[in-house]
Amino acid sequence: MILTLPLIISCQGEQSTLNTAGSEAEDIAHLIVVTAAAGAIVWVCVVGLMLFAAARRGEPMAEQSAGLVIAWGGVVLPASLLFILLAYVLFSMPATRPWFEKSRADVEIEITGEQYWWRVRYLDERGNVLFENANEIRLPAGRKVRLLLRAHDVIHSFWLPSLAGKMDMIPGRTNILWLEPERVGIYRGPCTEFCGTSHTRMSMQALVLEPQAFASWVEEVSSARKSPADARAHGQEAFLQHGCGACHAIDGTAARGRLGPNLTRLFERDRIGAGASANDPSGRMAFVRNAGAIKPGALMPAFPEINESDLRAISDYLGAAR
Amino acid sequence: MTWTISAPDETSRDRAGEEARLRAVWSNPPGWRYWTTVNNTQIGLWYCATAFAFMLFAGVLALLIRVQLATPRNDFLTAEVFNQVFTLHGTVMMFLFAVPIFEAIAIFLLPPMLGARELPFPRLSAFGFWSFLLGGVFVCGSIFFDAAPNAGWFMYPPLATDKAYSGIGADIWLLGLSFIEVASIAAAVELIVGIMKCRAPGMRINMMPLFAWYLLIVAGMILFAFPPLIAGDILFEMERMFDWPFFDAARGGDPLLWQHLFWIFGHPEVYIIFLPAIALMAMIVPTFARRPIVGYSWIVLAAVGTGFLSFGLWVHHMFTTGLPQISLAFFSAASEAVAIPTGVQIFVFIATMLAGRVLFTVPMLFGTGGLAIFIIGGLTGVMVALVPIDWQAHDTYFVVAHLHYVLIGGMLFPIVAGLYYYYPLVNARKLSDRLGKFAFWHMFVGFNVAFFPMHLSGLWGMPRRVFTYEEGTGLDVLNLTSTIGAFVFAAGVLIVVADVVRPKHRQPKEEFNPWNAGTLEWISEPEENWGVRSIPIIASRYPLWDQPELRAKINAGDFYLPDAREGYRETLVTSVLDAEPIQCLRVGGTSMLTILSAVALGGVFVATTFHWWVVAGVCGMVFIVAVWWWLWTGTGAIPEHVDKNVGLGLRLPLYVSGPASVGWWAMFITMVGDGTAFGSLIFGYFFYWTIHDDFTAGLPGPGWVWPSISLLLFLAAWVALIAARRANRAGSTGVTRLLLGLVLILDLSAAASALVGPTTTGMDRVVHVYPAIVWILLGWLVLHALVGALMIFYCAARSFRGLMNREHDGDLVNVVLYWHFLTITALTTLTVVGFFPALR
Repeated sequence: MILTLPLIISCQGEQSTLNTAGSEAEDIAHLIVVTAAAGAIVWVCVVGLMLFAAARRGEPMAEQSAGLVIAWGGVVLPASLLFILLAYVLFSMPATRPWFEKSRADVEIEITGEQYWWRVRYLDERGNVLFENANEIRLPAGRKVRLLLRAHDVIHSFWLPSLAGKMDMIPGRTNILWLEPERVGIYRGPCTEFCGTSHTRMSMQALVLEPQAFASWVEEVSSARKSPADARAHGQEAFLQHGCGACHAIDGTAARGRLGPNLTRLFERDRIGAGASANDPSGRMAFVRNAGAIKPGALMPAFPEINESDLRAISDYLGAAR
Repeated sequence: MTWTISAPDETSRDRAGEEARLRAVWSNPPGWRYWTTVNNTQIGLWYCATAFAFMLFAGVLALLIRVQLATPRNDFLTAEVFNQVFTLHGTVMMFLFAVPIFEAIAIFLLPPMLGARELPFPRLSAFGFWSFLLGGVFVCGSIFFDAAPNAGWFMYPPLATDKAYSGIGADIWLLGLSFIEVASIAAAVELIVGIMKCRAPGMRINMMPLFAWYLLIVAGMILFAFPPLIAGDILFEMERMFDWPFFDAARGGDPLLWQHLFWIFGHPEVYIIFLPAIALMAMIVPTFARRPIVGYSWIVLAAVGTGFLSFGLWVHHMFTTGLPQISLAFFSAASEAVAIPTGVQIFVFIATMLAGRVLFTVPMLFGTGGLAIFIIGGLTGVMVALVPIDWQAHDTYFVVAHLHYVLIGGMLFPIVAGLYYYYPLVNARKLSDRLGKFAFWHMFVGFNVAFFPMHLSGLWGMPRRVFTYEEGTGLDVLNLTSTIGAFVFAAGVLIVVADVVRPKHRQPKEEFNPWNAGTLEWISEPEENWGVRSIPIIASRYPLWDQPELRAKINAGDFYLPDAREGYRETLVTSVLDAEPIQCLRVGGTSMLTILSAVALGGVFVATTFHWWVVAGVCGMVFIVAVWWWLWTGTGAIPEHVDKNVGLGLRLPLYVSGPASVGWWAMFITMVGDGTAFGSLIFGYFFYWTIHDDFTAGLPGPGWVWPSISLLLFLAAWVALIAARRANRAGSTGVTRLLLGLVLILDLSAAASALVGPTTTGMDRVVHVYPAIVWILLGWLVLHALVGALMIFYCAARSFRGLMNREHDGDLVNVVLYWHFLTITALTTLTVVGFFPALR
């Protein structure tokens, strides 16, 4: 166990609890490493003693001394160790995850879990919706972010392992989670409460940006919303004509559907379908053609009737920056 | 000891005749009728074999999971099938293997271990077994029709209440398992009464073998842990079938209530599984350390402590649900605290080994190997019980690793140790040492290769219950390693199976007590069905070590009940603490009724799953008739004599009633479990009250008038019943019958008036959770009132047929006990629904 520690710590996954980029995740990673190391020592001692007891020959220990082994090994030592550990962790817990809302949030985002994707809404100071996005959040480094976590249909769980521990999204409740991202980068988070057939195909991406870059992104998204989407006229036409707008919204167009993810900013995402496949023309076309083949159980129907050229036009339209 | 002992009367002994009569009384019926036997040895073996078969089935499901996850983006199983497979794997392992296997082992081992002929309710054990078999086949079979439950073994609503997602599978889970829970509770009643009342004379409670102590604790835990789940199942099924919105947030319900009820069951369940395995270790270690256990009181107290604490930990399954941190801190501390009694138990074994001369046999190999694995699980348990670590580790493969280290190390390895240890009691031969060691190393290495990497895959971000993962995330190598390990582990399990099933008729039979153990179960002879030849007097914790000549005297029939002259199956009932003999109990023999009632009850559950209401109704009637017949012909018979010479000059009554009787205890224990289920429903009522500002949502309640009328009628019925019992004891048969009639009328009117309130105010169950929870409480009460009415009717019928009289009033006394509980239920329900809304 001890030998594997360097290997564990050196891991650089986008989705690893040990590759930390946020204050809560950092606190917890330390705790994990320390308790795992302590646990390894305890294991070696106890199992060593057990093997010694099994293998030793010669005069058996007196019953009274054996009783002392129980008292010390079974009660005194574990109780003291656990007491220290527990006291340390319980007192440091409010610092790891803020207990009360002491400070004002720099950014506030409402995230709603849906089968099998994430609805993301950036809020202003008064709690009004600035704009809506899906399956990706962008966060400023070094700022406090307050997440309002809800669920639309079933229980989901929000987890960005590199930034913080998880928090469930439960219908009828709003859970609060504070993030304090510290390191710029791309991080991934899967849904961690089993939520149905395509639970596996529900993940999100978090981009931690420099505060400046974050501010200009917010600026761009908020203003782009007011100007109508430009050309790619054929694609937009096809998108509307095939009824995509009944479920999906593209801000500034007639597509105002609320059932599915908002596709306005799809072009800047790495993946489509909440992490289901790559955001490239073939990925987008396959998804529109038959989403259920990629995300079984997804609400989106198959569209066998859309012809190839329309399909390509829709894909190009969605993939183009606006 | 207050009972007298005189020397056996040697002159009139005919030992061969005694043995022939005993053998005839206890024999299994021939031919196909063998399956109607109710003998604990047979039932215990069937039970073990069935539970093992379910374990192998669930193990195959685990291998399917591992094949699917061997490589990234694998398409060996579709998402739909995968979700059914992992749900069924967890469900079967927990409900059809881990808990039942101990009931099975206990039913097999306890009678000889306690020095009893038989546990007090052999027919109940048989009924439990058949229920378990039918329910298990029903639940497992569903996957072959693509209809298995698919929402996880924890069945969280609203996913599992969504009919479009979960189809019939969720109903199969809820009803199939409720049926099996009935069997579990039946077994718990049997074990508690058996351990408390059927020990050999002199086996005071502080001399009980540790296995019996553990099973007593575990059966008590089952009694308090399973009912909350049954209550949850009822709410769940009402939502699925009739749209009562208990877990629907839009109509005032809350999905978290299910999580509370499920984990109030689910966490004690872990210790219900773990403690009996430690109990096996507590039998094995002293034998091979060749000395009595060191710290008998330590280990008993630790086991009791673990049992108590285990009920205060359930919220650690809910650390990420957004509960206030102050309550998380409380449950975190409680979860850490349970490590201490667990540690004590491990150190008791180490101390016993240190103070003894250890023989390192195959059972010890599996036992210590299992502990080495279990300790890792315990230590990762200490980690995840720390709230912040759980925020990261919860629902990841880290927890998958943790729980398998706990359950396989703390339960499966000790079970295999127990199998190798106790197999000579099954057919007088040992299993193979060579194959055992071979199996152990496959299982030990395979297990660690399979599960150790999961700690890492969890920390690297792999959530549980995913059917695949992406390449390049570092998870590929870890998962492939796990899959290889899983197959090595499975090979080890197969070697154990091969060792058990290989023909052994050429192998010579072992001597008596081949391991030279000290406890009484080794007195049992595999060829005989009678448990012990005669019921001994015990004066030590390790009687085979400390009481010389014990075996010879037992087998010579020198102790109690060496004969079966009247042709009944008889065993001794002793007092709870000091094990002083108080009754010669005649237990039920071979009967078709056990199978018939299990099949009928199974029919009720299966038909309800498919909404075949007529079939369900017919099966329900058959069940009631079968149980009636069973009780009428098999219990409370008036014996031909008042008492009987059980040997050694001791005369014991053949009939007792009230707290001296096993029936009274069984009723009491059953009703404690029933009361726990009721308490869980009341918990639900107040849970809704706490989460809403106005939990009635402005809807009308049942008012206070009708609940008050109903309550008065219930109280009157209770008073009349107590009067009836007194009249019966005074010998006034006419008054007794009259009063029983009055109770019947009062009870039925009370039940009817309980329903008037919510009917007249038009409480609509579908609209909001408030009317729904009121209806469910009243429904529970009315159902119990109807069962109570049946019992009154039964007593009246017994009285008219002359089967119940002044001296033989056990039925009536037990029914009065039921009515005490019914009256508490009525008082609580009607006060809460009638008056609480006004007090708010």
